[in-house]
Parts: sequence; structure tokens; C-alpha cells
Amino acid sequence: MTIHQLSVFIENKSGTLVKVLKLLKDEGIQLIASTIADTAEYGICRIICSEPARAFEVLKSAGVAVTLTEVFAIELDNMPGRAADAIEIFANEGISIAYLYSFLLAGKGILIFRTDNPVRAVEVINGSGLHAVPEKDLSKLL
Amino acid sequence: MDSTFFNPEEAYSRSEIEALQLERLQSTVRHCMNSAFYKARFEKSGIRPDDIRTLDDLYKIPFTTKQDLRDTYPFGIASVPLKDCTRLHSSSGTTGNPTVILHTARDLDQWANAVARCLWMVGCRPDDIFQNTSGYGMFTGGLGFQYGAEKLGMLTVPAAAGNTLRQLKFFKDFRTTVVHAIPSYASRLYEMMCEQGIDPRRDLALRTLVIGAEPHSEDTRKRIEEMLGVKAYNSFGMSEMCGPGVAFECREQNGLHIWEDYYIVEIVDPETLEPVPEGEVGELVLTTINREAMPLLRYRTRDLTRILPGECACGRHHKRLDRMKGRSDDMIILKGVNIFPIQIEQVLMQFEELATDYLITLETAEDNDIMTVEVEVSERFISDDYTAFQNLDREITRRLRDEILITPKVKLVPFNSIPKSEGKAVRVKDLRKQY
Repeated sequence: MTIHQLSVFIENKSGTLVKVLKLLKDEGIQLIASTIADTAEYGICRIICSEPARAFEVLKSAGVAVTLTEVFAIELDNMPGRAADAIEIFANEGISIAYLYSFLLAGKGILIFRTDNPVRAVEVINGSGLHAVPEKDLSKLL
Repeated sequence: MDSTFFNPEEAYSRSEIEALQLERLQSTVRHCMNSAFYKARFEKSGIRPDDIRTLDDLYKIPFTTKQDLRDTYPFGIASVPLKDCTRLHSSSGTTGNPTVILHTARDLDQWANAVARCLWMVGCRPDDIFQNTSGYGMFTGGLGFQYGAEKLGMLTVPAAAGNTLRQLKFFKDFRTTVVHAIPSYASRLYEMMCEQGIDPRRDLALRTLVIGAEPHSEDTRKRIEEMLGVKAYNSFGMSEMCGPGVAFECREQNGLHIWEDYYIVEIVDPETLEPVPEGEVGELVLTTINREAMPLLRYRTRDLTRILPGECACGRHHKRLDRMKGRSDDMIILKGVNIFPIQIEQVLMQFEELATDYLITLETAEDNDIMTVEVEVSERFISDDYTAFQNLDREITRRLRDEILITPKVKLVPFNSIPKSEGKAVRVKDLRKQY
């Protein structure tokens, strides 16, 4: 039910992000979404892309500090309040969210999040009518 | 009793100084035979105290190193029984055994005299009010200046380090005229004065600043003098030689007179250990000739400097040392604290989350010297967990601070991002302004 996200540990220095993105570009891998959590010194760049498994191998063999992380991708109607509704469901079930970001893809809202209790999250998603996008479908939306 | 000199020895001619040095060297060497360490060392090198007939015979005596102090920790070099000692100072000893220096009551009195002589030389008098912003305790800049200033007869305020607002209050309330501070703290004091709306020239009575323990340039001195409206004098000392009071600038502000009735000075090539030609830079080697508890013969200080040629206009014939030019080992001096890179390495090696490479950068930012330690996160520890990185950062900072007593800025970087140098690894980049 989860999808793969690349998490790249980068030094907060000019050129470090370009290096990562160029590696993906050269392999014809497309970015779907990305976000950076940072301090003044370093950051974690999180990337949803086409072919994450191959992207991971590409970066790893180039010596990039990358990990492959499982996150949930919930598809929402592109209407006001849908994200609030979804997050409320998780909050009511006591599922804490480590981080979350969202984007629009082919007219649909996509909510990406990671939780420390993925087993319970799966149960909640199944019981609530929320739609988790499978990884293969995400690339098809491109 | 106002006069130029605090002690008659200050006015000695070269021949008078050298006659006194020979006499004191001979008695010091004889006295050193009470030290188990020196007795064994003399026997091993086949020399006897009677072999020291001229000052040049000093070269027959082997060098003493910091390692010797560590190897004989704590009391192995002492030349008197412990019952005759009244004070002990020690380094933090984080790179192995600490170095311990013992003092008899006479040693402490002579030390205070040397510091008083320095302060007198730059115009301090009993009607001055002296505030010491140095750390006390084992750090010799505290008690060393305290006893010296008291010996001179100044009202002495042991304000100790930190609490800048309180320092300023004392300046105002006590009408402090003389301050001892490390150069970076002098700048800090000025910043705080600006914040508080204090104009040092209008609102304070400061006249003289004693700066030491931290290498600094002539430009830094001029800037500090301009900021605070004071004359600033450079002080040189080290705990192995008691502490402050070894060498000090006179009012000419051109080189630090080293008290040759206390020390015999040599400048040697750190590789060959041969004397360098007069006026050239080398390692400072000192022999104490006015100490009872723990004389040190030909002690290699690791400080690089030179003797300034020529006579000083102040009338003193005691030789003048140039500003310290650096170290012949890898010791870092930051905010007056001595730090060896190996201390930092030992802390970092305890973290399995880290790879082996690191880089220490020293920079000056807004008049403050800061240390940044870049460390590589190992491949195994790379994760998606931001909190884990923050916790790691915090824990490394805390353990480094416990070790080196200064809070460095820790910078986590991915593995393989610190450039590998060829041959000897460059672990320290010193970008500070003073050199």
C-alpha cells in the first residue's frame, strides 16, 4: 500500500542538490514531487519520482547518501477541505505523522506522509474509504 | 616609591643579567639533583652539575618535553618533597596524563613578583583598580594575575570569566582602571557596552588592558585600543612556567620582555634542535632559574617566535620576544584554551554513526573565534529520520564541549564529502584573522 520515496542527506552547500538532480536527469528519471527539510548546515531532500528503485541504485552507486523510504500516498479530490478530512481521520485514530507534504497530479490531490505505525495506518485507510495510490499508478498519472 | 622599575633586576645590563643567570643556572642544576627524574637523566647523559661552568654549558643538558611531564605524572619531576609545596596547578590533561606544576611558597611569591613587575612596567600603580576577567581555578590567568596585582598593591577584583553585564556594572561602580581579558572577550565587552549605551571614554575609567592567552595581530590590538579607549599590552605565559608573568610588553609596545632573571631563553630549530641565528623564528625553549619546587631545564614550549634584535627604548636589557607565530605541534589555542585535534578525534571515534573523516575549521566571526567541526555521517546511519540527525548533532556537540570546554559548531555532512588530502591529512583549517 505504500510507495517508495528517496531520502537524500545533503550538505547545505551550493551545488549539492544540482548534483543529485542531474544524476536522475541523465537516467531519464522524472521527478513527481520533492521537498527539503533543512537547517543551516544540512538537509534531507525527499523525492517522489518515476522508477524509484532504479533511481536509488543510480544515486547510491554515485556515492550519494540516499535511502529508500516507504511512505503513504493518499489520493484526494481536488476540493477545499479534503486534506483536513483525511488528516482528521488519522488524528482520531491516534496515528502520529512524522512528516507530510502534498501536491497536485493530473487534477488529483496527493498527500504524502510517513508514520511510525504503518500497520495501523493500513487498517485505518482500508476502513475509512481513503484511497492509497499504488506506486505503479502514480507514474501512470504523469 | 614611584620609579620606572619594580625590581632592580629590570635595570641590569647584559653582563649583570648573564652573571646572575650563570649563578642561578648552576644552583638550579645542583638543586635538580633532588629530582628523581633529573638525577636519572643527568646520569644517563653522563653529565654532572659541576660541568656547567659557563652559560654555553647549558647546551650539554638534554631538553625537557611535555611528554616528560606526562610520563612523570603527577610529582615525578619535583625537586622538593611534597610537604614543602603549597600549590598545584594542572592542565586539563585530556590528551593523556595532565601536566602538573608544583609551587613552594617562595615560588608563588616570586611568580606574583614577576606579574607585579609586568603590570608596573605598563604603568599600573597602587591607586589603580584591577579587574580580572580570566577564569580562576586551575587556569593560571586567574590566580596568577590576582596575586600579582595584589603584590603591586592594586585593589583587585576577581570578577572571573563570563557574566558580561556584571563585568560592566563593576567597571562603572568600582571605577575599574585596569582590565585583564583575552582579546576576543575585550571585543565582546565592547559589543555589550554598545548594546547598553555605555561609552567607555565618557562613562568608564578604563585606561589599561592586559591581553594574552590568545594569539592576536597588531591590527586586533589597535582595534581594541580604539574601541575601548585604552592602551592594550600583550602578555605571554604558560602553565609550565607558572602562568602569566613570563614575558610582557613594555610601554613601547614593541616586543615582550622576557624576564631573564627568571628564565634562560633559547630559540631552536624544532627539527634539528640547534639554535637558530639571532632574530630568526624557531621554537622557544625555556629554563627556569628562579624556581624551587619544580625547575624545568631546557623545556620545549612548542611555541614559535623569535628574539627581536636591537635595544628597547624603555631601557630594559631583558630580551624581547616577538608575537607568537604559531606552534611546532598541532595544538590549537582558542579563546585561551589549549586544544589538540586528537582530543576531538577521540570523541568523534566513539560515535558509530560517524565515518572516520573530520575537519576542524577556526574562523573569526564578529570578533569571536569559533570552531566548526565537520563530521561525516556513515553510510549505515543515513536515514529519513530528521530528528535522529538533530539528536546526533546535539549529542556530538555536548560530548565535544565536555572534552574541550568550548562549544563547537558541529556540522553533519554525508560520507565522502570531506576532501581526502594526499599524505598527511589536513584536519585543521585556521582561517582566523590574527596571523
